Amino acid sequence: MLSATQLECVRGDRRLFSDVSFAIDPGGLLHVEGRNGCGKTSLMRLLCGLSRPERGQIRWRGAPISELGEEYRADVLYLAHSNGVKDELSALENLLASARIGGEPLSEDGAREALAALGLHGREDLPAKLLSQGQKRRVALARLTTTRKPLWLLDEPVASLDRSAATWFESMLATHLGRGGVVVLTTHQEVCTPSGSSQHLRLAD
Amino acid sequence: MYAERIIATPALGRLTGPGPGPVTTLRYVVARDLTLAVRRRGDVLGSLIFFVIVVSLFPLGVGPDINVLRSMAPGIVWVAALLAVMLSLGRLFAADYTDGTLEQFMLSPEPLIILVLGKVLAHWLVSGLPLVLMTPVLAAQYDLPPASTAMLMAALLMGTPVLSLIGAIGAALTLGLRGGGVLISLLVLPLYVPVLIFGAGAVEADAVGLGGQAHLSLLGACLALALAFAPWATSAALRIAME
Repeated sequence: MLSATQLECVRGDRRLFSDVSFAIDPGGLLHVEGRNGCGKTSLMRLLCGLSRPERGQIRWRGAPISELGEEYRADVLYLAHSNGVKDELSALENLLASARIGGEPLSEDGAREALAALGLHGREDLPAKLLSQGQKRRVALARLTTTRKPLWLLDEPVASLDRSAATWFESMLATHLGRGGVVVLTTHQEVCTPSGSSQHLRLAD
Repeated sequence: MYAERIIATPALGRLTGPGPGPVTTLRYVVARDLTLAVRRRGDVLGSLIFFVIVVSLFPLGVGPDINVLRSMAPGIVWVAALLAVMLSLGRLFAADYTDGTLEQFMLSPEPLIILVLGKVLAHWLVSGLPLVLMTPVLAAQYDLPPASTAMLMAALLMGTPVLSLIGAIGAALTLGLRGGGVLISLLVLPLYVPVLIFGAGAVEADAVGLGGQAHLSLLGACLALALAFAPWATSAALRIAME
């Protein structure tokens, strides 16, 4: 489904990585590893099309993503380092907004149910600035429960999550892979993933 | 404690049926930005109060000569409007940039140009339109006749959207730069000059009996031009800033 050939990424005058290739089939997971600053986030930004590779090509369902444009963006869910959670909006409004902007409008009931599933019941209407770092992350992750997009690009999804939320996330991953989704994931924490279909990519520096 | 649980996950694939359409998206972005503006009242009020203070200081400094004040009024109101709009430009994309929302905008299947247009429209509603509405009160300090006040308001009504549209290009180009505020004024103020000339000119032409229609038409042309090009240029600048 998602494949990359000989990607090279240059930031400023520093070459972060070169000759990165992989191919992920439906139901597959790619675990990107490496030290801080080795280019994990840059690779994610290349994969979601925010920036362009210096060299190499990324293909989705066989077509280069630079040609797919909006069609590709409709298939991608990118959760960045920054949560995209606005302090002034409540948890509920944040979730509704990110779903709406992602092209998958949610009903208010659906959003409340998703937040409750992440243990945020009773906190839906609090402004996000009153939530802890981990709770903000949960608001961002709540998108995963409702999305129909096949490709998940998750940058440090379990950072600042507690153990029970991390377990929840692992089972969420398993569900998504089970229905034929594709996941690219960067993390420093241990994440138990269904072993059969997962690959590891180590970015050296 | 609360427990996390998996809820029924939807099947993969696109939602069937036509998308929400550009007008709905536009309305949505405007409503979202207006909500944010209401919750961050201080920021918005800052530039409006700045406008009121600048316009009110001139009569105090220049003295009570009515003829001088009358002839200066349109120019002062316009310059104060330019500066007030410029003060608020820094906020246009900065918050969305820091908290990651702008990335989500870029990755949205909705066209970026519509999202940008929505943000600019919301910016005008909170930073441009109030200037127009406050003008009659401020014009009283200059003893501007009602006909001239009306013409000034009409000119501002057509000119302030241009200020927001052009300003958005500058805001996008300076996004994430240190000292972006100074750079934005260098970039944007020269582009505001035509709006200033036609806007203040409309009132003067009307006052001497020539009629302000010609100037208003030129302002309308500026607006049409800005509406056609600014969202496109802003989107392109945002894409560069996010790379």
